[in-house]
Amino acid sequence: MAWTPDQPIVSCKEVHKAFGAVEVLKGVSLDVAKGETICVIGPSGSGKSTLLRCINALVPINSGSITVEGQEVHDPKLDKLALRRKVGMVFQQYNLFPHKSALQNVMMAPVTVLKQDKAEVEQRAYRLLKKVRLEGKEQAYPGELSGGQQQRVAIARALAMNPDVMLFDEVTAALDPETVKEVLLTIRELAEEGMTCLLVTHEMGFAREIADMIYFTDRGVIVESGPPKDFFASAKDPRTKEFLSQIL
Amino acid sequence: MSRRAPRLDPGGTDLPVLLPAADHLQRRAVRERELGAAVPRLDWRHGAVLLAGLLVSAGLAQAQSGEGQEPVLEVIVRWLPVLLEGFLFNIVISFLAMAFGTLVGTWLGLMQISLLLPVRTGSWIVTQFFRNAPWLVLLFYCMFLLPFEFTIGSLTIPFPDWLKATIGLSLPVLANVSEIVRGAVNSIPSGQWEASESLAFNRRQILWMIILPQCVKRMLPPWMNLYAILTMATVLASVVGVSEMMTQAGRVLAAEDRPGLLIPIYSFVLLCFFVYCYPIARWTVALERRFQVKL
Repeated sequence: MAWTPDQPIVSCKEVHKAFGAVEVLKGVSLDVAKGETICVIGPSGSGKSTLLRCINALVPINSGSITVEGQEVHDPKLDKLALRRKVGMVFQQYNLFPHKSALQNVMMAPVTVLKQDKAEVEQRAYRLLKKVRLEGKEQAYPGELSGGQQQRVAIARALAMNPDVMLFDEVTAALDPETVKEVLLTIRELAEEGMTCLLVTHEMGFAREIADMIYFTDRGVIVESGPPKDFFASAKDPRTKEFLSQIL
Repeated sequence: MSRRAPRLDPGGTDLPVLLPAADHLQRRAVRERELGAAVPRLDWRHGAVLLAGLLVSAGLAQAQSGEGQEPVLEVIVRWLPVLLEGFLFNIVISFLAMAFGTLVGTWLGLMQISLLLPVRTGSWIVTQFFRNAPWLVLLFYCMFLLPFEFTIGSLTIPFPDWLKATIGLSLPVLANVSEIVRGAVNSIPSGQWEASESLAFNRRQILWMIILPQCVKRMLPPWMNLYAILTMATVLASVVGVSEMMTQAGRVLAAEDRPGLLIPIYSFVLLCFFVYCYPIARWTVALERRFQVKL
């Protein structure tokens, strides 16, 4: 069955995941349409980050199904590398390669994994770094950049693979309030350009602005979901209400 | 004078007691910046103590020896070529054993983090065995288990004692290198693996392009430390009759037949090793301190 763009680009059905005896995901289902931006919010330990890692096959799931562009992610026959070319991920701790410059960080994967032409990739890398407002920082090493700048390099690095879906795992959680803005601006531009984005975030204001759908997770299940307007204005579940009252 | 780092006015601080140290550190920082590398903290006084030991023992030996005998220092100078030739042999053995040990040890260390259980277990056993065996026993094993020559077809390759000793000494080295490599790879944050996996690198690419380059810096100080220990252990080869410095010193003593020379000659051997190993040790410390700050 071939995937067509009108079907969900990412689809999770009854995903269960346990680390040892601790059940982190207890039947999570959600669909993301192409070009959509969804935000997953919820208290710490509710399984948000694990969900993103499962979508990228960084951690295996116990049962259920996750498909990306119609392909089952946890099919043992699946070419994981092929999946990861389609799905870019940005982490809370940036995880840049400290021994490579910003430009090399961006160029490395397309050149070595996709075997693309080096000169062409270099041009694209310059373009991407300019897009995330890091013009002039191409030769800087991660240690010489601020947290916000590093995170934007990480975004450019993920974009260099031309992914169809971007996963953002609490990308602003380790940043100070000033630099959070720069990073959010970059993500907003991406979302507006039509990139499919899945965000795990604690930035409620930002989620309300850019998300097409908000999912609230607690203790491994999706408690409530809806478009941001309805979600923030009229949450029905008591757990959601409590969470929102603490945050807002 | 223009190079001098700006100085704090001694009257302008509440902590004047700290100034000499601050000044010293500042000068050091300037020097390191010019050099672009860590400067080992060599202290000539440490070596001077040993040298003084040599001279005092030489003096004592001189005082105790009868009249008409050659001065002790002259004896040492006369035998200098023989002794230093032996020392050179020590260094050659240490180089070869380190090179071989590093080469094999690196692979062994990488095997220890293999995803295949048999490979992992096998390399772990080898590593633990050689790491926890006395160096001298390993040396004896190599001396007596390896043949003195190899015959391939009609070609006979001699396998001299010093080569066997080198292999014997490289066994504990490779086990230690294996642990250094394993430890360094494990010390890289897991985020590096996750990030590179998410960028579709395969395991081999991640290891060689992302993890190991970051490890080199971390492995350098323990590796240099190991080299210094190995160099000092090369004198073990004297036990199995290789003509390195200890053996040569023994021969010199036998030829001279003067008990008073015992301490001065062995002090000289000590001094040679100290002069060679001490800078390595200090440099290691300097590198460690530098990397500690940067990481």
